[in-house]
Amino acid sequence: MTGEIMAVIATFLVTLLLAYPLGRYVARVYAGQKTITDFMAPLERLLYRISGIDPLQPMNWKQFLKAMLTINMLWLVYAMLMLIVQGKLPLNPDGNPGQTPDLAFNTAISFLVNCNLQHYSGETGLTYLTQLLVITFLQFVSAATGLAALIAVFNGLKHRTTQNLGNFWMLFVRSVTRILLPLCIIGAVLLAVNGTPSGFEGKDTITTLQGDTVQVSRGPAAGMIAIKHLGTNGGGWFGTNSAHPFENPNYFTGMLELVMQVLIPVAMIFALGFYINRRRLALIIFTVMTVGMLCLVIPNMLAETSGSPAIAQLGIQQPTGAMEGKEVRFGPAASAYWSVVTTIISTGSVNSMHDSSMPVAGLTQLLGMMINAFYGGCGVGLLNYLIYMIIAVFISGLMVGRTPELLGHKVEAREVKIAALVTLLSAFLVKAFTALAAYMVAHHPDMAWAVKPGNWLNNPSYHGFSEMLYEYTSANANNGSGFEGLGDNNPFWNITTGFVLILARFLPIIGPVAIVGLLANKKFIPESPGTLRVDSWTFGMVTFAVIIIINALSFFPALALGPLAEYFSMIK
Amino acid sequence: MKQDKNQIRLFDPALLGKAFLQSVVKLNPRLLIKNPVMFTVGIGTLVMLMVCVYQVVSGDTTQGALWYNMVIFLILLLTVLFGNFAEALAEARGKAQAESLRKTREETPARRIGNAVIDGESLLETVASSALRVGDRFVCEAGDVIPIDGEIEEGIATIDESAITGESAPVIREAGGDKSSVTGGTKVLSDRIVVRVTTAPGQSFLDRMIALVEGASRQKTPNEIALTILLASFTLIFVIVCVTLKPFADYAQTPITIAAFISLFVCLIPTTIGGLLSAIGIAGMDRALRANVIAKSGKAVETAGDVDVLLLDKTGTITIGNRKATNFYPAQPGEEEAFIRYSALGSLADETPEGRSILELAAKEGIQVQAPADTQFVSFTAETRSSGADLPDGTRIRKGAFDSIRAQAIQAGYSIDPAVEERVRHIGTNGGTPLVVAVNNQVKGVIELQDIIKPGIQERFQRLRRMGVKTVMVTGDNPLTAKYIASVAGVDDFIAEAKPEDKMNYIRREQAGGKLVAMMGDGTNDAPALAQADVGVAMNSGTQAAKEAGNMVDLDNDPTKLIEVVEIGKQLLITRGTLTTFSIANDVAKYFAIVPALFISSIPALQALNIMKLGSPESAILAAVIFNAIIIPLLIPLALKGVAYKPIGASALLRRNLFIYGIGGILAPFAGIKLIDICLSLFM
Repeated sequence: MTGEIMAVIATFLVTLLLAYPLGRYVARVYAGQKTITDFMAPLERLLYRISGIDPLQPMNWKQFLKAMLTINMLWLVYAMLMLIVQGKLPLNPDGNPGQTPDLAFNTAISFLVNCNLQHYSGETGLTYLTQLLVITFLQFVSAATGLAALIAVFNGLKHRTTQNLGNFWMLFVRSVTRILLPLCIIGAVLLAVNGTPSGFEGKDTITTLQGDTVQVSRGPAAGMIAIKHLGTNGGGWFGTNSAHPFENPNYFTGMLELVMQVLIPVAMIFALGFYINRRRLALIIFTVMTVGMLCLVIPNMLAETSGSPAIAQLGIQQPTGAMEGKEVRFGPAASAYWSVVTTIISTGSVNSMHDSSMPVAGLTQLLGMMINAFYGGCGVGLLNYLIYMIIAVFISGLMVGRTPELLGHKVEAREVKIAALVTLLSAFLVKAFTALAAYMVAHHPDMAWAVKPGNWLNNPSYHGFSEMLYEYTSANANNGSGFEGLGDNNPFWNITTGFVLILARFLPIIGPVAIVGLLANKKFIPESPGTLRVDSWTFGMVTFAVIIIINALSFFPALALGPLAEYFSMIK
Repeated sequence: MKQDKNQIRLFDPALLGKAFLQSVVKLNPRLLIKNPVMFTVGIGTLVMLMVCVYQVVSGDTTQGALWYNMVIFLILLLTVLFGNFAEALAEARGKAQAESLRKTREETPARRIGNAVIDGESLLETVASSALRVGDRFVCEAGDVIPIDGEIEEGIATIDESAITGESAPVIREAGGDKSSVTGGTKVLSDRIVVRVTTAPGQSFLDRMIALVEGASRQKTPNEIALTILLASFTLIFVIVCVTLKPFADYAQTPITIAAFISLFVCLIPTTIGGLLSAIGIAGMDRALRANVIAKSGKAVETAGDVDVLLLDKTGTITIGNRKATNFYPAQPGEEEAFIRYSALGSLADETPEGRSILELAAKEGIQVQAPADTQFVSFTAETRSSGADLPDGTRIRKGAFDSIRAQAIQAGYSIDPAVEERVRHIGTNGGTPLVVAVNNQVKGVIELQDIIKPGIQERFQRLRRMGVKTVMVTGDNPLTAKYIASVAGVDDFIAEAKPEDKMNYIRREQAGGKLVAMMGDGTNDAPALAQADVGVAMNSGTQAAKEAGNMVDLDNDPTKLIEVVEIGKQLLITRGTLTTFSIANDVAKYFAIVPALFISSIPALQALNIMKLGSPESAILAAVIFNAIIIPLLIPLALKGVAYKPIGASALLRRNLFIYGIGGILAPFAGIKLIDICLSLFM
């Protein structure tokens, strides 16, 4: 077990070693400085020319958001249409049918918002064409949208007073050409070398040792699996995601995929330091996030490596830890680390069945998604963190007797209102929809829907409650992982999670961009000894406390009824 | 006298009575809705009342015992009343403070100068002060109480302003200049003045301030609005928590009574800060008033806490009054006595404080002079820039600035002793002012005048620096002198040879850099700068124009008052911030009390969350609600007095307050709820 834990630590350290220089590179890319990827410039110019875009045109926060939302809306319509008619389109060697409208609605939104909640199974629900031109396409552009929004926020914080948050198109294009694409090519090659399929043939047939014939799905998967992690998307090519032997063939690819999903979120923290020239702030944010991650990883790993208390009570030794729902080639330690990483970062890819996690592990996964800012998704993790910072700045500003300021700009009623709304939103979406589902299960189990509410849950009681809570928490966090064990491919879940997804994606992007847009318009106030420095450890602590308190207050009762009740019942 | 007026006991019995009454009056929903947090508690109380009534009428027992629901109802009602009480008490204290000021506003007869003219004299008519209008003129003589604020048009008078400032020493007010304004309620001790009314009745500063502390015209400050938004959103989160708990409980097949829902909700929403928020604001205004500062708005007080730059006049603020002679330096060694004698003779008719200080210093040296008869005194003129005396024996004594005396000496054919020149330079670089004395155009020596820096002022500036406030000294002195005094007094910057527009430019420049600037002034020529400054404190003795331009008036005319104002502003914000933190941190313990209590019947395993080991679900909920209610009155003294401000730097201050009110806020309710639960277990 020690070896497994060391391997996890090594994986994390490798991530940091790569993320730091990547952060520096990212800052140079967006600042328009010379980088090794400058050979992409002609391609970018071509794109701008075709689209009639002036990449240097300044945008204020409203114009920026308008551009971002418009193009996202177009992608949504495009993706939905493609998914519905995919059965009749080429590159469909397995002859998969088109998706039902409610499933297409859910799938299109889910990938558009970088969530990748999959209410279908990749092998049967999509064709190679839609895997590539819808799913993989959205995985790139949704990650790039998040990055572009974050850079807009950086631009607002960088300048003393400015209207211009940067040109959305330019930031978006560069995110793809300079960051996502080059990294994905490296990742995809490494995956393909390790055995991930990347050809266009349809299902293969093998004969097992028992003599049965088994159809094995495959396809051009390596590239998609690279962006799925690098872009913190998480939606797998195959139904069982990164637990599938093609999607994640061995321990090395397991480590690789772990590194890939944490890489950009961590690099963006360092990029913040380089780009707005506040490295100390970046270091403090990184530390707060890492401490937060450890607070979730450690209990999770302890629970998973020591096995189920229920089995232990029977007097059965569990030297390999809790192995239900896990792949033998990864083991409990790496799976535990993965399950936390994939939930704190909005990836949502899985290499084990979260439904089978120990209650404590399930609790940490839920908390990771509720907080959604310990590293967090591609670009959007820091945006979520900014919201917590605004609230922390406000409360601690008052506590030191000064009108609160964030990096030289006064935080006033309007900014607090937006931050409060965004905070409120996540509590509302998760709890209200979980309550609706719980209500249906409790009071109308026999409702004549496609799937009766009474049949949604594979597990009764607390665990069933956790399944519903997990689903909406995952949707709200744009995470995309599932507790599974939930009958979710039916109109109720497809539509409700669809709404949660779209609201929980765009409002938390609009919020921070608007806040920073408003702040950047205000007069710059130079620092004085009376100013509360946000790049101080004290302030880091306050932010951490705010994150914990807000989420504890919002979700404690729900967690008590789900994983906590399960845990305490189990150790009884 | 000052002490008596400024100290109203925190829990004065008379005030408590009034506040109790007011807290019931404030149950009126229309008043309650101004405070969204307490309003929702009010709704919860009403629901509990209806539950109780329903139980009495129908005899239904599914909602728990009737007595239990009644108790919950009463505690919730108390919670609202406590919140109202805090506000009412703050208002009552403000009112009491205002009342003592208002006594001076009582109807005073005024002798208005009428339009009728008899024998070239305007006829005086006696009218009530409330009948005076802006522009009216009235007459006050020794013994009269001035009926209303105004500006002296004719005459000079000594005035007792103790009714306003608490300072018993009379002050002189005269027509023209910067000391022409008089305040209603003060008393003329000598002479006769004609005053022009400058404010309409009920519109004076004092009236506005009284309205502010009484809460009638109190507008929420920007920070208060932002905080209210944050608290409202926390309240909404808890609405969501409590509403969704119903289907969750249905799923877990746990019946939850209405009383439990409402208790959970009321405990979670930030009632502590919600109940105390307006009291904190009113108390801030009240503290300003206690410091004898009248603020035009709550916002002005709050802004004072944010001030980055403080403009202070040198004279009176940093130095005591005027320069004083400290040394005589004769040009020729050994001629000391003769030099002092000449200096004294030359200053005999000099009525300026500097002139008098020369005589004082001479007397200290044992030299008393008497002017011979027929001495011609020469007063200071702009051309000669010197003054002095022509003695009957033909000796012409002149004293003045070095360059003017030098010019006269050189014109008369004398050369200047390099030692004198050196001395002059030396005095200048040490912050002193050299006065050169010449006899018959021959330089006899130099008198050194020095500014006396107020004792203790360096510490105050240091305190300001630790608060992050930059101090700037404004003086008419030359840059050399200014620099010296600035360094001795410990101010960060200075404006030398300052003209009124220099102040203005300095303020503009700092503001352009994003700084908030405060200044104090009294003269009409200060008015534009007072208006431009973010916090402009006008002295009460100043002109009406200055008072109108500023956003605060200092009744004590104390230039160091700005420092206190800054601290009051900071204290106001800190009190809000710390109590918000405390209030929200409290919720952790309340969750641990109530959530296990709600579900323990159907999910016994959740007993593990009952870390306080509370007796029963009923007592746990009751204990949490009781704690939630009584914490409000317990914190009223803190809210009214304000959390102490310590100038220890932002991060240190944050750590300190976070430790006390954050960690304390988490731990205190654990102890409190457990204690109440133990007490309850004696009855339940």
